[in-house]
Amino acid sequence: MSTAVTAITMPKWGLTMTEGKVVRWLKPEGESFVQGEELLEIETSKITNVVEADTDGTLHRIVAPEGTTLPIGALLAVLARKDAAAAEIDEFVAGFVVVESQDGAAEVVETAAPRMLDVGGRRLRYLELGAGAGVPVLLVHGFGADLNSWMFTQPAVSEGRRTIALDLPGHGGSTKDVGTGDAGTFVAVVENALDALGVERVHLVGHSMGGAIAAMVAVQKPEQVASLTLIATAGLGPEINAAFIEGFVRASRRRDAVEVLNLLVHDPALVSRTMVEDVLRYKRIDGVTTALDAIAHTWFAGGRQAYDVLAGVTGLAAPVQVIWGRNDRIVPVAHAEALASRVPVHIVDAAGHLPHMEKAGDVNRLIKGFIES
Amino acid sequence: MPVKTIRQALHEALAQEMRRDPRVVVIGEDVSGGAGTQGGRDAAGGVLGVTKGLITEFGEARVIDTPITESAIMGAAAGAAVTGLRPVAELMFSDFLGVCFDQIFNQAAKFRYMFGGKARTPLVIRTMVGAGRSAAAQHSQSPYHIFTSVPGLKVVVPSNAYDAKGLLIQAIRDDDPVVFCEHKLMYDLRTEVPDEAYTIPFGEANVVRDGDDVTIVALARMVHYAGEAAETLAAEGIECEIIDPRTTSPLDEDTILDSVARTGRLVVVDEATPRCGMATDIAALVADKAFAALRAPVRRVTAPHTPVPFAPSLEKLYIPDPERIAAAVREVHGYAR
Repeated sequence: MSTAVTAITMPKWGLTMTEGKVVRWLKPEGESFVQGEELLEIETSKITNVVEADTDGTLHRIVAPEGTTLPIGALLAVLARKDAAAAEIDEFVAGFVVVESQDGAAEVVETAAPRMLDVGGRRLRYLELGAGAGVPVLLVHGFGADLNSWMFTQPAVSEGRRTIALDLPGHGGSTKDVGTGDAGTFVAVVENALDALGVERVHLVGHSMGGAIAAMVAVQKPEQVASLTLIATAGLGPEINAAFIEGFVRASRRRDAVEVLNLLVHDPALVSRTMVEDVLRYKRIDGVTTALDAIAHTWFAGGRQAYDVLAGVTGLAAPVQVIWGRNDRIVPVAHAEALASRVPVHIVDAAGHLPHMEKAGDVNRLIKGFIES
Repeated sequence: MPVKTIRQALHEALAQEMRRDPRVVVIGEDVSGGAGTQGGRDAAGGVLGVTKGLITEFGEARVIDTPITESAIMGAAAGAAVTGLRPVAELMFSDFLGVCFDQIFNQAAKFRYMFGGKARTPLVIRTMVGAGRSAAAQHSQSPYHIFTSVPGLKVVVPSNAYDAKGLLIQAIRDDDPVVFCEHKLMYDLRTEVPDEAYTIPFGEANVVRDGDDVTIVALARMVHYAGEAAETLAAEGIECEIIDPRTTSPLDEDTILDSVARTGRLVVVDEATPRCGMATDIAALVADKAFAALRAPVRRVTAPHTPVPFAPSLEKLYIPDPERIAAAVREVHGYAR
């Protein structure tokens, strides 16, 4: 248990979050908790998620009552020893400073603004968080996603190390041209991006299609890769939900998009109106449908996965772990189960194809434990 | 993402489409402006600056200043459209529609039908609507419902910069005549707008705010007033769902009907006049197709059936405001049979 008085503050999830609403406290004031326990639920315009305890402690005082909306960085509660004096807590609350900017939003100490990088004639958007001596982490998103899909993962793993989340070509804020959409293009982009960013050794974390890309990078550059975490990855078997791929590429209206996005998750509540709107806004940009079409055709033609990274993954010298949602409706969890005798496999309950968003606390602990060991 | 005004978003849409497609031309009164004056060519760039810079980049053949004759602008544009160009014609104030209505109503809107589907008319008519500047009865109207009533025309009424850019690009790429209505008080309104070109499909409403108690359908500037009202009402425990149809033709009926099926209560807000207007049209739609879901009468919040007053004090009373919207919502929310 921590001996110091510490704060729980409003987290920043994703690039556009400026404030969040305290939906409810899951622990009453005065109660002790252990690391990983759920403390409170926070709602943003895009998403609702729980905040879990980083360490063991006692929820000494709740500062932000349920229903209040506060800027990121604002004080939500005070954690302290059980026997800490009320005066000590008062002093901490009084001394807590959130720098207010003119529009009322708190200034975060580390402004998380994405940057651009030119690699092989393409402009790539990336977000860098954290610094320190630890081996850096590169996060590679899946088909149709972008760096925002790591909104819960990246802040959690960035303690003591650089973390980089990249928008692959055809996605997010990167150039929309993907050529034929083949894996080689993406692998080259990731390798060149690592070089351009001066990353010599790296922990790779990839989701879905991004998992297969990360695995191929690891196979090609084994000396560079410290570990490989594959989340609901592509490339471990031929099956894939063709209706999802086709539906995602075609959806241009909200109704179709909601139906398709619901396939991604175990709990449809994760698919908020603004999340749907974000996907539609991305898909409306010139060149995106062409890019997604090319990728779908190259990777998943006829509803079968064209790339197989199984032999490569099991032959790696670097440690590999596989994380999957029990209720994945895009890539079957059987692909993970088949690997269980050869690499560590973690099946996360009550999660679909996005366990790193649906069960962020569990997945963050798995990644941190793996890269810190 | 960069934040842009509606003026910038519209300019960007025009410039990007003109770069992409040499058939796109701009025609209207003072769309470059300034020729023969001290400022020189391009000094004006449209009365509100939307087209400023286009003549410098694209030249006189593609940015055409015209005499003050709306019938010639619309006639030339309709003819150019049906013979292969993609003109964006400017009807400076929508109040002037009477001067050129034959070209729009009886020509452009009818070509595809009259020529057995063999003619396309990719014409965009950009025009200003809206009261609030004390510009009096002949420069303050919002007659998008008149265009909406014409089969063969598509009608766009954007409420923010993101929608304005995506809908204008969609309008330029559309093969039918589109009337694009810009509210004259909203050009400086800002929101995040991507630098890339993108399109928003017609007939897809935007759900601006989620709520389970009362559905508010609002257009253009009224979307923002509805938002202010919804904030006030949320503090009272009434949660409003706000729907911005974005296009009145085609109209996204499903989004409105689905919402009313859930809330059972509807308020329609429109700063145009009420008789045969959009508020009346949407009220009729819901009465016709969702009557069983209604738990209260539909309320319309509109301007009165009068010309727009010049006197600022009267004009303020004329335009629906957040207080009137909130009052209507309270009324339908509290309604008991």
